[in-house]
Amino acid sequence: MNQDLKCIPLVEEGEASLIQPIDLEGFRNHNRGKTKALVDKMMTEEEAIMQFVKNGDYIGFELYGTVRCPMSLTRALVRSGKTDFRLAGQGVHELDLLFGANMIREIDLTYIGLEVYGISANLRRRVESGDITKVVEWSNAGITWRFKAASMGVPFVPARTMLGTDTLRKSSAKVIEDPFTGEKIALLPALILDVGFIHVNRADKYGNCQIDGISGFAFEMARASKNLIISAEEIVSTDEIREHPDRTIIPYYLVDAVVQAPYGSWPGEMSSYYERDEPHYKMFIEKQKTQEGTDEYMKEWVYDLPDHKALLEKLGKERLEKLSLKEDLI
Amino acid sequence: MTQEYSPSELLICLASRVMEDESTAFIGTGIPMLAASLAQTMQAPNLVPIFEFGGTGAILEKLPLAVGDMRTYNKALAASGICDIMETAQRGFVEFGFLGGAQIDKYGNLNSTVIGEQELPKVRLPGSGGGNDVGSTCWRTIAIMIHDKRRFIEKLDFLTTPGFLTGPGAREAAGLPAGTGPYRVVTNLCIMGYDDETKRMKLLSVNPDVTVQDVIDNTGFELLIADEVSQNEPPTNEELRILRKQIDPDGLYR
Repeated sequence: MNQDLKCIPLVEEGEASLIQPIDLEGFRNHNRGKTKALVDKMMTEEEAIMQFVKNGDYIGFELYGTVRCPMSLTRALVRSGKTDFRLAGQGVHELDLLFGANMIREIDLTYIGLEVYGISANLRRRVESGDITKVVEWSNAGITWRFKAASMGVPFVPARTMLGTDTLRKSSAKVIEDPFTGEKIALLPALILDVGFIHVNRADKYGNCQIDGISGFAFEMARASKNLIISAEEIVSTDEIREHPDRTIIPYYLVDAVVQAPYGSWPGEMSSYYERDEPHYKMFIEKQKTQEGTDEYMKEWVYDLPDHKALLEKLGKERLEKLSLKEDLI
Repeated sequence: MTQEYSPSELLICLASRVMEDESTAFIGTGIPMLAASLAQTMQAPNLVPIFEFGGTGAILEKLPLAVGDMRTYNKALAASGICDIMETAQRGFVEFGFLGGAQIDKYGNLNSTVIGEQELPKVRLPGSGGGNDVGSTCWRTIAIMIHDKRRFIEKLDFLTTPGFLTGPGAREAAGLPAGTGPYRVVTNLCIMGYDDETKRMKLLSVNPDVTVQDVIDNTGFELLIADEVSQNEPPTNEELRILRKQIDPDGLYR
């Protein structure tokens, strides 16, 4: 240790300890160990979860609202019986299922709600009862820049957000006087996920992934995940990927499992593929208001269906085609 | 003679009129989306709506239902991701930002996190989402609120999103970008701004059939009153026609 090194004093720090410690060397070593060979990573939702998810893992889902939501993976995770997860919480429908099944213990929370439909009753039940033992607050930029820090392989990024608020006070961020300008700046700690779940428009069997339209925080979260499980509407050839390499936002070496999941975001929507199933979603909004309603919903739409194929059969071609914006998705 | 209109339609029109042409606005779910869409057809055809998950410069022909749905980048100029949008605001490119919450105080600070204590709360609310970021980095923020004493209160249960914090100079002292902060509060009763010196909320104009006393009676803190409180114009027939025929034909916000 250099004795001349001057430590920058903290001006303020959030009260919460880190839910996921920052282990950059562990992350580097893990990444070194991942195969760089082009190997076939196709498997089912169940196989991917069996192989790459453990009880107590720190997990995250990438999506926005109900758009491009990895729902087939979420349902398989609920059915797997694995539990006691720690979570990066920016979510809508998928997290309600995890709360309904009481699988979450700690959350780095930015927004969990039902957008225009209001507050998530399942979030309320779990937090207000203490089933979730720790909630740490962040903003959307805050949590995304935490992924960005992990993606950069550095311990934190500085940011001019969350300052002066209870959001920062109840976070694990720290505030210093920036050594270059002397102004106060928030430091957002890197967030490395044990497992990330992302649903994409198309991927090849090796895990090269392309997303149409806006990409939310897929770029950053994919690079912040030790294990990355991808579901894709369509599996395409690598030649097709190579035709538009500029559209590959997740290259294969980040990916551990590739699951083919047409309508994988149902009942949510998928940009340029299909619309949200609004009648079903509204039915869910009513059901989630009580634990009994949530249990009934989960029995019918999660537990009683062995896999995603069974869900698609239950929904039927006609219903799915009504939602479709594209021909021949299934 | 103007037609009848709903409280939501009035809020949409008032919020829409605040937006300026050839400026940028960070748009959240709900009323701000309709307000931005209306502004594009009225005084601000070159308004650039910015949605946090990556849509920049969409033409809002159909009402988006979520901040990430396809309509947020309908015929847009760019489709990127949340980092790009948040960093764009942090660099000072975004003029207006819309906010909401369960509680607001006299400095325009907002709570959308909890009622009660943060640990084991009485009511767990959705959390900051992009709210804190918009309130931290956009130049001028506009809060859209239902006006009553439970929401306009002296002390927030939790300060999620920064307004002027504790008063003049507090934002800069906390490290937030200089010259940013709350600009307007649009409610079902009135429009408020902020006093230049004290940074406290100040009544500027009242909605049709609302008195200054009505506003005071529904505000849980001492509100400053402008020397001359003006009257807000009700929605015009043209605004209502565009809202009902083009923007919200399904009547989701009627």
